[in-house]
Amino acid sequence: MPSKSPVSTKEAELATTGEFSLSIKVNGHPHETVVPSDLLLVDYLRDTLSLTGTKSGCDTGQCGACVVLVDGVSVKSCTMLAAQASGCQVTTIEGVSHGGVLNALQKSLSEKHAVQCGYCTPGLVLSLTDLLSRNPHPSESEIRGWIDGNICRCGVYQNVVRAVESLTAEPH
Amino acid sequence: MATQVFGAPIPRREDAALLSGTGKFTADLHPANAAHVAILHSTEAHARIKGIDTSAAAAMPGVIRIFTGADVVNKMMPLVCIFKPAGVETHFPPHPYGLPGAQTALATDRARYVGEWLAAVVAETRQQAYDAVAAIRVDYEPLPVLTSAEDALRPGAPQLHDSVPGNLCAHVSHGDKAAVDEAIAKAEVVVKQKLRIPRQLHQANETRATVAQYDEDTQEYTLWTNTQIPHGNRFMICNLVLGIPYNKLRVLVPNIGGSYGSKGYLYQDAPLLLVIAKEVGRPVKWVDTREGLPRTTVHARGQVQYATLAGNRDGKITALSVTNYVDLGGYPATNGPATPSILTGRSVTGAYVIPHPFYEVYLAFANSVMLGPARGAGRMEAMLLIERLVDLFAGEIGMDRAEVRRKNMVQPDQFPFENGLGWTYDSGNYVAALDRALEMAGYKEIAQRKAEARKRGKRLGVGIGSYVTIGGVGPSSRMGREGLIGSVWGTAILRVHQTGDITVITGCQPHGQGQVTTFSQIVAQELGVPIEKIEILHSDTLGMPYAQGSYGSRSFSVEGAAVYEAAQHIKEKAIKVGAHLLKAEEKDVTFADGKVQVNGDAAQAKTLQEIASALWFDWDIPPGVQPGLEVTTYFDPTDFNFPFGSHVAVVEVDEETGAVEVVKYVCVDDVGVVGNPMVVEGQMHGSVAFGFGPALMEEVIYDQKGQLVTHNFDTYPVPRPSGMPNFELERTVTPTPINKMGAKGAGDVSNPAVAPAIVNAVCDALSDLGVKHIDIPLTPEKVWRAMQGK
Repeated sequence: MPSKSPVSTKEAELATTGEFSLSIKVNGHPHETVVPSDLLLVDYLRDTLSLTGTKSGCDTGQCGACVVLVDGVSVKSCTMLAAQASGCQVTTIEGVSHGGVLNALQKSLSEKHAVQCGYCTPGLVLSLTDLLSRNPHPSESEIRGWIDGNICRCGVYQNVVRAVESLTAEPH
Repeated sequence: MATQVFGAPIPRREDAALLSGTGKFTADLHPANAAHVAILHSTEAHARIKGIDTSAAAAMPGVIRIFTGADVVNKMMPLVCIFKPAGVETHFPPHPYGLPGAQTALATDRARYVGEWLAAVVAETRQQAYDAVAAIRVDYEPLPVLTSAEDALRPGAPQLHDSVPGNLCAHVSHGDKAAVDEAIAKAEVVVKQKLRIPRQLHQANETRATVAQYDEDTQEYTLWTNTQIPHGNRFMICNLVLGIPYNKLRVLVPNIGGSYGSKGYLYQDAPLLLVIAKEVGRPVKWVDTREGLPRTTVHARGQVQYATLAGNRDGKITALSVTNYVDLGGYPATNGPATPSILTGRSVTGAYVIPHPFYEVYLAFANSVMLGPARGAGRMEAMLLIERLVDLFAGEIGMDRAEVRRKNMVQPDQFPFENGLGWTYDSGNYVAALDRALEMAGYKEIAQRKAEARKRGKRLGVGIGSYVTIGGVGPSSRMGREGLIGSVWGTAILRVHQTGDITVITGCQPHGQGQVTTFSQIVAQELGVPIEKIEILHSDTLGMPYAQGSYGSRSFSVEGAAVYEAAQHIKEKAIKVGAHLLKAEEKDVTFADGKVQVNGDAAQAKTLQEIASALWFDWDIPPGVQPGLEVTTYFDPTDFNFPFGSHVAVVEVDEETGAVEVVKYVCVDDVGVVGNPMVVEGQMHGSVAFGFGPALMEEVIYDQKGQLVTHNFDTYPVPRPSGMPNFELERTVTPTPINKMGAKGAGDVSNPAVAPAIVNAVCDALSDLGVKHIDIPLTPEKVWRAMQGK
C-alpha cells in the first residue's frame, strides 16, 4: 500500500455522506471531483475518466488485468477504492507510452512475442514496470514469481521471461 | 523480393495497440446514452418457476425496465443448435432446428441449470442494474437434479425435456462394433480402463460482453460482441431467432480478450440485447462478471470413457472399443454436441494403425451449464484415452512404451491413411517426431535419474504423449455430412489500390493468434509489397460476404490459404495487364519482386502500383479485361489437415505430499509449413499451458444439488507462471498437400499431448507401487491417495 493513504478526516466524510471529495493525479493530470465513496479505483479510471486501457478481469484481485501504479507501486485497482488513492499519483497504461511510441519494456514484450490476445497486457506492463524499478536484473524465478498475480490464459509467461531478460541483459 | 517475409519471425503488427492500452475490447465501448443490463440467474439447478416478482426491483433507483421470459417469448425463437448427427438436410431449415431441447433466451417456466437466465434488468448504471437484480424474488419449486450423463440415462430418471425421452439427446457411433468385439475376443492381451475427464472452464481473462443498438429511423440493428463467429451470429439471429432482415443487422467484433473456444456460439445475450435495445429505445450494454462466466459460458471436456484395447504379445494393437458418456448440460449449445461426437469420436485411434476401432457416445441432458469445445477440443479427450491405454498395454506385455508406439504408429509410406473412424491423415513422420522428443528428454538416462531423485524424497517418472489432431476445419461438404450447418471455407477479399496500398478483408476473426501479421506476411511475400502497405480488415459483417471466423485450427490453413489464393489471382491479372502495358506477350513476362518484368530485361517492368493505377483509372486496359484490381476468393479445402507430434514430460512426485512437479517438458510438433515461427511457438506455449491446467489442477465441480462449486479464480485455479517449467519446443516440417502453402493448423494442435504425457509420467513414477491410473486433475491429494492405495 502506498504511503499516502487516506487521512482520518476524509474517512469521516466518507462515512456520513456516501460521497468522497477526490483529489488525484492520473498520468500527470490532476482531477478534483466528488465520487461515490464505494467507487472502485478501476471503475473510476475506466468509467469516469474513460481510461479503458486498464482492464477488469475478475473484480476479486485474482487476475491482475487491472494493475496500475499508485505512487509507483503496482496495485490491483479492483482491490482499491478511488477514495483510497486520493492524494496519490496514479499511472495507467495510457501514461506509459505517448503518441504510439512504445517504451523499451513494451518493445521487448512485442519483440519476444509476449502479447497474444492482449487483455492481460496493460496490467502485465505495469507489474513489470514496478519489478524493474526495484530490481533491474531479476532472475527467471524472480520474474515468474513477481507476475504470479497476472493471469495470462494465452500462455505468454515464457516469452515474458525472455522479454525481460533480453531487456535487462542489454545496456540501455 | 530480396528478403523472405513469409516464414520470418517478425513481431506482430497487433501489438502496439494492445501494449499501449488503445486497443478497444467490447467492455471498453459505451455508445452515447447507453443503458446497462444485468442478468438474474437461476440459483436452482432444476426447478419449476412458479413466479418472478419484479415489483420491488422495478421501483429501485435508475431502473428503466425489467424483462422476464414472458416479456420476450413472443419476440424471439429459441437459440440454435446447428448440429444434427444424421447430416444436414438443408441449409435453410425450419427452426427450432438441430438437436431437440433448444434453449430460450430467458426461461419461462422451468430452470435446468444453475445460472440459467431468468430476467434482465435495464438500468442507468451497471451498479443500479445489479442492485435491482438482487431485489427480484423468484418462487422456485425444486425438482430432482440430474448430476451426470449416466445419472440422467438410468431408467426412471426424471425427464428434463418432454421432447427428449430418457434424456438421451443423441447416440452417435463410428466403426464396426461386431468386428471389433470379435477382434477383442481373439486377442492375446486385453486392457480395460475407465477414464473420467472432468469439465474444464476456458476462463478467458475477458468475460463475454455485448453492446446492442437499434436505430428507429433506419430500422437497423448494430451489435458489438466478443464472438468468434460474427457472420454466424448475424445469420442465426436474423434468419432463425429474431426474424429480422439480414441487411438490417451489422455485427462488429472489437478485440477479444481470449476465447479458447468459449466465444464461438450464439448465446442468449446477442439476440436478447437487440430486442431490449429496440424495446427501451436506447443502446444497451451487458458485461459478464467473473462469477457469472462459469454460469453463462459453455464448459468443455466432461467425458466418462470406458475403453478396451486389444493386441498381441508382439506389441501390435488389434482393436479399440470405446463407450463414452457425455453430459451436454441442460440444453444443446450451438455446436457443442459435435465435439464428443466427431472430434473425440473420430480421433481415438491417435497416431496408430488400429485395424478394428469402434467408438460410441451417449449424449445426455443433465442439470449443468451447456457443454462446448475448448482448445484441443475433443482431441485432448481422445489422446488421453489412447495414450493411457497404450501405456497400460505396454505394461501388460512388458514392452518399452516408446517401442510399442513405434510398432503401431502410422508409417510415412502409409499416407494418406484412413484411420477406420472417418479421418484420412494427410502426411507425417510420427516416429521421427517421437524419437526426437525422447532424445531431447533424455529418455535413455531416466533409470539413473529415478535413482538419484529417490535420494531426495522424489519419485521421478517420464511420460509420452503422442498425438494426431484434426486441423483446418474444414471441407464444407464433409462438414455438412458430419451434421454441421453452414459453409466452412475460407474467404478473402484482396484489393490493390491505385496507390499500391493493399486491403485484405478476411473471414477469420482473430482473438490473439496474430492473423493480421501472418496474413500480411502471405501477401507481402506473394505480391512483393512491404508489410506496411498492407492492411488486414476483419470482424465486421459490413461489406463482407458470409464467412466463418476462427476456431478448429482453421485460420492460417483455410482463411490464410484463401488469402494466398487471392494473391495468385491478383498476380494473374497483373501479368495480363502488365504485359499489355509493356507491349509484350504474357508468356514473355514474369511477376517477381512486386513487378511485372520482361524476361531477360528487368529494366522493362511495371510495378504492381503502376498496374493497379492503370486498372483503377482506366487509362489503358487490354480488351476483355475489367477495370479494378481486386478479387474475392473462396478456398474450400478438399479435406482437413492433420498436425501431429510427441511430447515428453518428466515429473517428480513428492513422496510425502503427492505434489507433482513437471521438471522437464519437451515438445516436438509438426504443423507443416509455418508463416511466422514466433507466432506458432506462442500458440504452442498457450496450447501446452492450456493442457497443464486440466492435467494438474483444473476441474469443474458440481455438488449433489447441482450447485456450481468452482466459480471464480479462487475455487477454480488456473496455471500461473511460477508453476510451470520452460517448455522446450522443436518442430519437424511435413507439408500438407491440402493447401498450396503446405500449412497445417496450429491453434489447438499441441494441447492434446499434454495431459497424457503428464499422467503417463506420474503413473510411471508410481508404477512400483502398483498404481496403474489416476484420473485428471492430478492434485496432490489424489496422487497421495493413489500412493497409499486409498
